[in-house]
Amino acid sequence: MRSNNNLLVKLNNAGYQHNDKWLVKGVSLSVEKGKIVTLIGPNGSGKSTTAKIALGIYKKIDGEVEKYTNKIGYVPQKISIDWTLPLRVHDFMLLTEDLDDESINEALSLTGVVHLKDKNLGNLSGGEFQRVLLARAISKKPEFLVLDEPVQGVDFTGEIALYELIKKISDELNCGILLISHDLHTVMTATDHVVCLNGHVCCSGTPIDVAKNNEYKALFGEQASQILTRYEHKHDHVHNNDGEIKKN
Amino acid sequence: MFDDFFIRALVAGLGVAFVTGPLGCFVIWRRLSYFGDTLAHSALLGVTLAYSFELNIAFSVFIISSLIALILIQLQKRTNLPGDALLGLLAHSSLAVGLVVIGFLTFIRFDIMGLLFGDILAVNINDILTIYIGGALILLVLKLIWKPLFASTVNYELAEAEGLNPDRAKAIFTILMAGIIAISIKMVGLLLITGMLIIPAAMARNISDSPQKMVVYSIIGGLLSVILGLFSSLEFNTSSGPSIIAAALFLFILSLLNIKQSIKLKN
Repeated sequence: MRSNNNLLVKLNNAGYQHNDKWLVKGVSLSVEKGKIVTLIGPNGSGKSTTAKIALGIYKKIDGEVEKYTNKIGYVPQKISIDWTLPLRVHDFMLLTEDLDDESINEALSLTGVVHLKDKNLGNLSGGEFQRVLLARAISKKPEFLVLDEPVQGVDFTGEIALYELIKKISDELNCGILLISHDLHTVMTATDHVVCLNGHVCCSGTPIDVAKNNEYKALFGEQASQILTRYEHKHDHVHNNDGEIKKN
Repeated sequence: MFDDFFIRALVAGLGVAFVTGPLGCFVIWRRLSYFGDTLAHSALLGVTLAYSFELNIAFSVFIISSLIALILIQLQKRTNLPGDALLGLLAHSSLAVGLVVIGFLTFIRFDIMGLLFGDILAVNINDILTIYIGGALILLVLKLIWKPLFASTVNYELAEAEGLNPDRAKAIFTILMAGIIAISIKMVGLLLITGMLIIPAAMARNISDSPQKMVVYSIIGGLLSVILGLFSSLEFNTSSGPSIIAAALFLFILSLLNIKQSIKLKN
């Protein structure tokens, strides 16, 4: 049963095994409209697998997935496109949805690649391609957006701009986002809920809760914890020049 | 000026080219040329069964080719053999079984060459009807499954994630492949059908920068190959199938020249 109207996707104790090996097990999480849920975890911790379970790409799963939307946009982590296909950016934008030129231009402008519209997909750089992938996923105005490392290969300033864009999309389209990111800085700036994976859910909650969690610290180290906490660090004191603490 | 049989052959050939054009593009994009070959080889078995039980040839070939496709899918699931080995196994064993069955059917005189390489003399009004009705059906279904099929050709997971049901599209496409082989076997012959699928599409790939253009050029290339091939087959008294494929090859070579020229122009 759908417990609330904002719920888009819910995983109940979901898991997936391949060749008798559990890639991820016992994951419960939910994504609601207008919220950003971020999956973090080391390599091989099952982040992409969890995303694919949520998307319904993996069918023989343990546990269950409840999905309350069909308007889905997906940016996969790896995408291998066969260049035997003559495919321009414009054609790629139309891959899963019939869009008018205006929507295509709008989406490509948002990610800053409208000038590449008539270019062959095979001639794009990694970062350009990533921007096109993101543009394609948002162009259909999805209710549920799954972004698996959406800014890989994008330059530093572009990265910040794209994360701002993702936040904006979540607000403006009221769309729920499942984000996978390695970048703990960005996790903090936009995320509503963090799920830390390591083959299972090792902890979850608001970014600040997760940062304080011991399992998280064990997984990522003390420094990572400081990165996360720094953002929500509420200053209830100031330091004097000699380092003495002075309460506000 | 032309005999009736020639007009019939031309009409039939053009009908086939309309269908092989777009299907051939998918054969190239999805790397299915050897799969097409396997289905075509199994068509011989379909033809012999048609003769044995007095069935419609196109219908019988369609059934056998679909069956072989199904068997292939099952073998892929149940064995650890690589795909190309399974394809070879099915292609040659169904060809061999077909030829063995022919050996038993001593009461029928088979035009083996006609089966293998096509025979324009054999094309009658019924064949033309089969080609046009079957072909129209194939194109209609292809148009209906175009979006999921194309999306999953580009990237399976994207298509699956965004709700396009790529598995169904793939299964339907397999049936369409059996269909095109069934309707074109008389025209091009079973050894050369894959050529009719691939060569015009390969030519089109050389000169197009979008999937739609590739489909259109592939159809045009097929039509030109049929016209060129049939006229030269009349002129030089050669088999229709090989003549059409040779014409397609000629167009392919022309498309290569075009690439070289455009590269020179750019530099």
